[in-house]
Amino acid sequence: MIALDQVRRRAEADAKTYGYYLTPQPELLQGFLEGLKTNEDRYGYPLCPCRLASGVYDYDRDIICPCDYRDPDVAQYGACYCRLYVNKEVFESKNLPEVPERRPLEKQQRAYGTQAPAAKQAMPQGGQEKPSETQSPTSQAEKPQSTVKKKLWYCKQCGYVVYREDPPYICPICKAKKEVFAEIESTVEFRG
Amino acid sequence: MNILKVSGKINKHKVFVYALSTCVWCKLTKQFLKDNDIQYEFVDVDLADEKDKDKIHETIQNMGGMLSYPTIIVDDKVVINGFRKDKLTEVLEI
Repeated sequence: MIALDQVRRRAEADAKTYGYYLTPQPELLQGFLEGLKTNEDRYGYPLCPCRLASGVYDYDRDIICPCDYRDPDVAQYGACYCRLYVNKEVFESKNLPEVPERRPLEKQQRAYGTQAPAAKQAMPQGGQEKPSETQSPTSQAEKPQSTVKKKLWYCKQCGYVVYREDPPYICPICKAKKEVFAEIESTVEFRG
Repeated sequence: MNILKVSGKINKHKVFVYALSTCVWCKLTKQFLKDNDIQYEFVDVDLADEKDKDKIHETIQNMGGMLSYPTIIVDDKVVINGFRKDKLTEVLEI
């Protein structure tokens, strides 16, 4: 169990780091933080309270708060999808904008059983899953298998490297856009 | 599926809310309906079992809705995505 105060402090610290503000309406803020706490207690990670989780880490990692879509959403609309994080203008005006879902439909669908049968069949109800690295589609192991193919990506501007499905929308280090990222092609050679 | 019914004096429309138990906007939608004495049914999708999630997915997509929450379906034909007071007021003739 994580304390609500810890969830609040973490969100405040993150907003400060990135130059954002937390939503200006106290009752909404309280609701967002409680939702995050519930999800962290339930899944083991602070999943976005406004989105449906699959419960499989690899499928959910783009919507772990702060989600992948926060930075481009705040840049475009002044707030994230939930409207937990807002920019200064929205914070001062207290007018929360409508923010459409940026998460691709194919990723949203992973939260529903038929879209992720291999992972879902083995998942105990309410169970907590660890990230899975294996990709074998034929494996019927007890642990759920994610079908996500992760790759190494590097930011051509600052050299930041990530190992994940897609490059981030915005580089967390130098703020370069997604287009600046390139895949690191690696090969393994056997000799002798 | 664990569908809960909330009674209200105004029941001229069939109102169904697909919600998440953790979602603030879903709670506000439910509260708005209650405050306006509108009868409605809802399901918290995050608490549903996997089979029901599948059914919900199919229903929402067949209605042309987005997989976002809350999704409110009025009279089995009008889909409202998100907590939109203006749209709810118009469709439910509040």
